[in-house]
Amino acid sequence: MPDSDARPIVSIRDMHKSFGHVEVLKGISMDVPKGGVVCIIGPSGSGKSTLLRCINALVPIDSGSIRVANFDVHSLTTDKERLALRREVSIVFQQYNLFPHKTALENVMMAPIYVLKEPRDEVRARAIALLKKVGLAAKQDAYPGELSGGQQQRVAIARSLAMRPEVMLFDEVTAALDPETVKEVLNTIRELAAEGMTCMLVTHEMRFARELADTVYFTDGGVIVESGPPAVLFDQPKADRTRAFLSQIL
Amino acid sequence: MQFIWDWFRWLYQTTGINLTIFYDSFDRHRFTDGFLMTLKLSLICIVLSVLIGVVGAWLQGSKLRVTRHVLHWYIQFFRNTPPLVQLYFFYFGVGSLLRSSLGTGNQPLVSNVTWAIISLSFFAGAFNVEIFRSGVEAVPKTTLEAAESLGFSRLRAYALIVLPLAFRISLPALNNNLVNLVKTTTLAYAIAVPEMLYVSSQIWSDELNVPVMMNVLLVCYFGLVGVLVYVMHRWERAIKVPGFGA
Ligand SMILES: Nc1ncnc2c1ncn2[C@@H]1O[C@H](COP(=O)(O)OP(=O)(O)OP(=O)(O)O)[C@@H](O)[C@H]1O
Ligand SMILES: [Mg+2]
Repeated sequence: MPDSDARPIVSIRDMHKSFGHVEVLKGISMDVPKGGVVCIIGPSGSGKSTLLRCINALVPIDSGSIRVANFDVHSLTTDKERLALRREVSIVFQQYNLFPHKTALENVMMAPIYVLKEPRDEVRARAIALLKKVGLAAKQDAYPGELSGGQQQRVAIARSLAMRPEVMLFDEVTAALDPETVKEVLNTIRELAAEGMTCMLVTHEMRFARELADTVYFTDGGVIVESGPPAVLFDQPKADRTRAFLSQIL
Repeated sequence: MQFIWDWFRWLYQTTGINLTIFYDSFDRHRFTDGFLMTLKLSLICIVLSVLIGVVGAWLQGSKLRVTRHVLHWYIQFFRNTPPLVQLYFFYFGVGSLLRSSLGTGNQPLVSNVTWAIISLSFFAGAFNVEIFRSGVEAVPKTTLEAAESLGFSRLRAYALIVLPLAFRISLPALNNNLVNLVKTTTLAYAIAVPEMLYVSSQIWSDELNVPVMMNVLLVCYFGLVGVLVYVMHRWERAIKVPGFGA
């Protein structure tokens, strides 16, 4: 259970982001407590992916602030600082984005070896354990091209976990999967959440969000329209826009 | 060995096929040296031009406008001018400029072999930059973003992820260019580099066995390029990854 008294591990204040002349995020504020699970829902193009990418410093923000653990994400400038941040917060993408020329095991091992400069044997043992954790011990020598979508996504999760992050970001990680394999991936995330990993998920799986989230954020047009515990947000939405979106999707 | 040489002498005496490069020890040495020179030119230029390609493709993603412009003009210059003219440009143009500006008199600072290596490497390198660039561009941006999100620096992501993938995509085009490069080494003839064509022409003017030497040349280049193609295909197969590329 999240400890709501402690300082939030992710704290975003009035964050703005434009691409060219288009303002995609128009003042986002949110707090995620350590061990908390938040889900972000909203229509396509509302800036959900951009929000996650900002938290991971993949895109710079224009104004406002993002604080993750002890890092002021908005004022990181050097590669070294960004690397330090990325040890704390790791992102998993919709399209898995595994390295196609590396086996599942190598995919998991690469960043700890080349980025964190940790000893190979140690990393290898940890990577094998992580693959086992996501149910892919038997596939460690398979290349991404030989794995199903769900399997690739679980390798991608293991690859992120290998950095030992404090916060995991999931950007519609089941959107590209067929219904059967969605379950495998959701189970993996469910276990992570149960172990106390702080998770921020952009998702269209409303049942999953309802089950797992402490807080659900509904975003539209670059702002957070409404947020609250899933039972409240899903069953008694206050804003018309939330109601309209939920009636469409449920 | 002697009986082989004797057999070629006998071949000449009975059929008129005059392969002095076998039975005449002077010609044999000349030709072997020429063959080795071609081999040396080819190998060094292959390595250098691939290096130029790799570094150039990396620099094309540079944030500095100047770097990208220099690279652009380098490629334009070497792609849009004949390699023979480039060779002359380096040997007679740049070479004599160096001589006069450094006041070394008639003593060339850079040998003709070195000029040939420089010129041919830049020539093939210009194409390799383009070849690798299209390979780099074919690597999905999202793969690179994943690397970045895991903390890889741009250089490390390029070396460990982008380049290995781009290489696999570029290999067929690279093969073609390297085959071309090996064939283009014959141009070094024009600045008196004693490579295979040059020594052959010396031999046929001494021995008057032009048609025979022509055939020898064809067979040698055919074999040389054949070996290169074979090695490249083996390599292509060895680094092939399931589910990536065709
Ligand atoms: N790198 C970029 N350059 C320019 N515009 C961008 C860029 N990335 C995103 N956008 C724009 O920002 C807006 C929000 O995109 P984003 O991907 O964050 O939406 P999303 O909520 O994740 O949508 P979806 O549910 O379809 O994934 C879109 O209009 C998109 O076109
Ligand atoms: Mg998105």
